[in-house]
Amino acid sequence: MYPADLRYSKEHEWIKAEGGTGRVGITHHAQQALGDVVFVELPAVGRQVTAMGTFGVVESVKAVSDLYSPVSGEVVEVNTALEAKPELVNSDCYGAGWVMAVRLADPAQLEALMDAAAYQAFLASEGGQ
Amino acid sequence: MPAPDPPLLTTPLHAQHRSLGAKLVPFGGWEMPVQYRSILEEHRAVRTAAGLFDVSHMGVVEFAGPEAQALLQELTCNDLTRLQVGQIHYSALTTEAGTFVDDLTVARLEAQRYLVTVNAANLAKDLAWIDARARGRGGVRDRSPEFALLALQGPRAAEILQPLTATPLSAIRYYWVAPGTVLGHAALLSRTGYTGEDGFEIYLAPQHAEAVWEGLLSAGPPLGLVPCGLGARDTLRLEARMALYGNDIDEAHTVLEADLGWIVKLEKGEFVGRAALARQKAEGVRRKLVGFEVLGRGIARQHYPILAAGRPVGEVTSGAPSPTLGKPIGLGYVAAEHAAVDSQIEILIRETPVPARVVPTPFYKRPR
Repeated sequence: MYPADLRYSKEHEWIKAEGGTGRVGITHHAQQALGDVVFVELPAVGRQVTAMGTFGVVESVKAVSDLYSPVSGEVVEVNTALEAKPELVNSDCYGAGWVMAVRLADPAQLEALMDAAAYQAFLASEGGQ
Repeated sequence: MPAPDPPLLTTPLHAQHRSLGAKLVPFGGWEMPVQYRSILEEHRAVRTAAGLFDVSHMGVVEFAGPEAQALLQELTCNDLTRLQVGQIHYSALTTEAGTFVDDLTVARLEAQRYLVTVNAANLAKDLAWIDARARGRGGVRDRSPEFALLALQGPRAAEILQPLTATPLSAIRYYWVAPGTVLGHAALLSRTGYTGEDGFEIYLAPQHAEAVWEGLLSAGPPLGLVPCGLGARDTLRLEARMALYGNDIDEAHTVLEADLGWIVKLEKGEFVGRAALARQKAEGVRRKLVGFEVLGRGIARQHYPILAAGRPVGEVTSGAPSPTLGKPIGLGYVAAEHAAVDSQIEILIRETPVPARVVPTPFYKRPR
């Protein structure tokens, strides 16, 4: 449920380092807590994002939730497949359900994020799983 | 230190919801299942087969005796003299201004005995309202603790229920109620619901609720029955254009503004709010609850502003993605000049005006 090669944020986003960029999505815990995802508002390519700042929105049937960037940088790619198939966030949150890719302003920010074990401990302390 | 919140109430089926892995949330002072597996799945099940809802949190108030009808006639806007024994109608408790204290159904169980089903969140308010005006008349009794309420809804509801009851269900017409049994337990079978589908709201003694719930959930799944929570209940009722108290109707909006004029029977005689409603009917409403569909990308939600040509003309009261229609829909009050079907409006979604259009409602009508 929490792949070992990813880093995780307290806002339940994951990031995968791919050279100088990071691919970002939401974790299994987040998609499960949301329920059926029916809409994703993606950022514009070229937009600057800031670590822990909002960059978009994910909506379930009943609720609207902000998406927080785990890192600072420039959005270089967004997953437009989510426009027609937002449910990919539920069915494949680490794969086809990815949300955006960011050119990292500061790769050291990845170190500040949790690894899989730390994220699971964080979830346990929050009462989730 | 602030006082802790009072503990949430639970229905007789709470343990069942837990064991089914339901996501439980606070609702009107109760801890209720919002979904079991998926709101979309549960919604589709009700539209294609059947769903089972625990709505035992709802309030049930009895009016009985020789003054029951007169009291109800005074307090509600619909006309009870037309209600036959065994028949049910949708109505409202209205204020002097013709606005909603609550919306409700009235079931005439016997010539002088009526069962009124009200929203859970409004029960205490409704009882106080009624008591203040009844002055001891009308045999009013809060019977909520005496009933659990299960709603079995969907095109296959009758097929699923029939083997479990001796009552021939084909004899119960839509918006009629009959006493019967389910799995041998005494029940009121009310052919009503909040989904826009055929179905039954089953009134039971609380101690029999588990047996009936379990009985339905073992007999039903081969025919497509699934347990359903409040999440699906909300998307279903919205598609059927059924108002939700606190969203679409409240003490700030009249029955006519809510476009529910069909439950207002001015000719029946005096009732609380009659003068205000008669005046408003003569003058015309200045704002109206309309249905709309969103044409651009985005989901309308409660409180989002409604614009016309960039200027504010109203507000969304309910909004959601419609699983049946495959597009976002909603209800909202708009200034009367923008209420006609096909009026072009915009919904302000996070600072972006998204095009929408006023459409006829209900958004969905079950095939007959």
